[in-house]
Amino acid sequence: MTLVMLLYVFILAGFVGFLVIGKVPPLLHTPLMSATNAISGISLVGAIVAAGGQYGRLSTILGFVAVVCASTNVVAGFLITDRMLGMFKQPPKDTKSAANEGAAQ
Amino acid sequence: MSEPSVVRDTIIQGSYLAASVLFILGLRSLTRADSARRGMQQAALGMLFAVIGTMLHQEILTYSWIITGLVIGTIAGYPMAMRVPMTAMPQFIAFSHAFGAVAATLVGIVEYRHLQHEGTLSSGLVAALGFEVLFGALTVTGSLMAFGKLQELITGRPITFRGQNAVNGVMMAVAVGSLIALVLDPTRAWAFYTVVSLAFVLGVTMVLPIGGGDMPVVVSLLNSYAGLAASATGFAIGNNVLIIAGALEGAGGLILSVMMSKAMNRSFGNVIFGAFGAPPSASAKAAETRESKTISMEDAAMQLAYASSVVIIPGYGMAVAQAQHVCRELHELIQKKGGDVKYAIHPVAGRMPGHLNVILAEAGIDYGALHTDVDDANRVLASADIAVVVGANDIVNPDAEEDKASPLYGMPIFRPWTAKVTYVVKRGKGTGFSGVENPLFFLETTRMIYGDAKGVLGGLIKEVKGLEEGH
Repeated sequence: MTLVMLLYVFILAGFVGFLVIGKVPPLLHTPLMSATNAISGISLVGAIVAAGGQYGRLSTILGFVAVVCASTNVVAGFLITDRMLGMFKQPPKDTKSAANEGAAQ
Repeated sequence: MSEPSVVRDTIIQGSYLAASVLFILGLRSLTRADSARRGMQQAALGMLFAVIGTMLHQEILTYSWIITGLVIGTIAGYPMAMRVPMTAMPQFIAFSHAFGAVAATLVGIVEYRHLQHEGTLSSGLVAALGFEVLFGALTVTGSLMAFGKLQELITGRPITFRGQNAVNGVMMAVAVGSLIALVLDPTRAWAFYTVVSLAFVLGVTMVLPIGGGDMPVVVSLLNSYAGLAASATGFAIGNNVLIIAGALEGAGGLILSVMMSKAMNRSFGNVIFGAFGAPPSASAKAAETRESKTISMEDAAMQLAYASSVVIIPGYGMAVAQAQHVCRELHELIQKKGGDVKYAIHPVAGRMPGHLNVILAEAGIDYGALHTDVDDANRVLASADIAVVVGANDIVNPDAEEDKASPLYGMPIFRPWTAKVTYVVKRGKGTGFSGVENPLFFLETTRMIYGDAKGVLGGLIKEVKGLEEGH
């Protein structure tokens, strides 16, 4: 793909990011940060290619370390986001379901 | 291209497209607390798609290293995520950033070596790789420093030396110069490795001079850098999902860091280069010996029990004392007595954006009671009987509105003094993080309750319960 096409993607995705993330309420700013942190673990994709390609021993080792780090980032990031979001309870309009949720935890 | 490889390529690209869409939808779901969890689970599924798609990549010849790495990463990540306490969330996220950034940096190095070996280095590619390792390496050490400060392994005070900004500036200039040299002649490996090493050093020297209280901005900014590193990786290997995910994170981190700086009344540049180390000149007023009034636990409990509306303003002190659970207990007691309890949560309360919300949610307080907008919270405060400030200081300092000489002047703050009475639960008589004296403590309607947040709230609960039995 040409550099220009990649730039298109980058700039448009950046716009989407500004529009979408600008609307996230302060209530959820901490989960937002852990969510974007988890998503940036996407470097895992690059790491997998680096570790699996036959680019020489040193490259394989570096790639392997990258896979370990990136997958730690992804797994920990998504799990902690889920754990946090699970704590946010509905306002008590619907007290029954809130109570059930509390009991389930 | 042969038939099977077209099919394979389509599957790979399809998985990336699905992942990108799910990431965006996941982030969009975060605009509402009730839809957020499911949305993020879908985003995680998107990540799984991207990983599976990548496995089909034709350049991958051996899977043993990949599988081993994935297994180790999962085994390491799971307990980390499950055990970390909510109060430690900022340092956890900083730590996690470091991990992602290590990956991005290493991928950049591997890719450079690979292209060098093949003799296919081009200016465009090395520019992307250069940015990747620059942002990546900076984020690795920067995040580790932020982690150290938040975990209090390193002093939270700004660590400064003379000519710091000049030294950093020179290093930055050399790094950028090397990057340019690399683009001009992509085979200059020395230039590439100079960028990597200088970025590692810069991560340390740029974060050390920033005070512990400013870490929310730093962590947000590193969030942004980690995203840019991922995006640059995408440019280098021509991968859209990396570019998209990185751009999303880059945008998110930038929005949050600008928001945080604003809420702290600091310009963005001031946080990064200002080394918030010398505020004492502003506290000349502190010399006045004024006495603040205190109130006994018993009286405070009595007032709280009969109040019809109470607004609690928590600060990091509440998190440090782990007082969120007793706070909920007190909240429920007041509610049982017929009073209404709300929370006013400042954007910079805690050690990262939105930190206190998570801590209160952890204690089981529903988010309908949390007012996170400063104006909105001030409206609620104006009609409240009692405002209770728990472990917060600068965010309730009236000087921010009244005293033009105050370093806090202009910062959006809560106005607890508009409630009929204000109780301030505070560990001791010291000043807040900024080192600025708080006139709120000396107001006619303010009553101090000295003690650790957990102890005081626990004591209040006991007293309120005692009232019940007395009847």
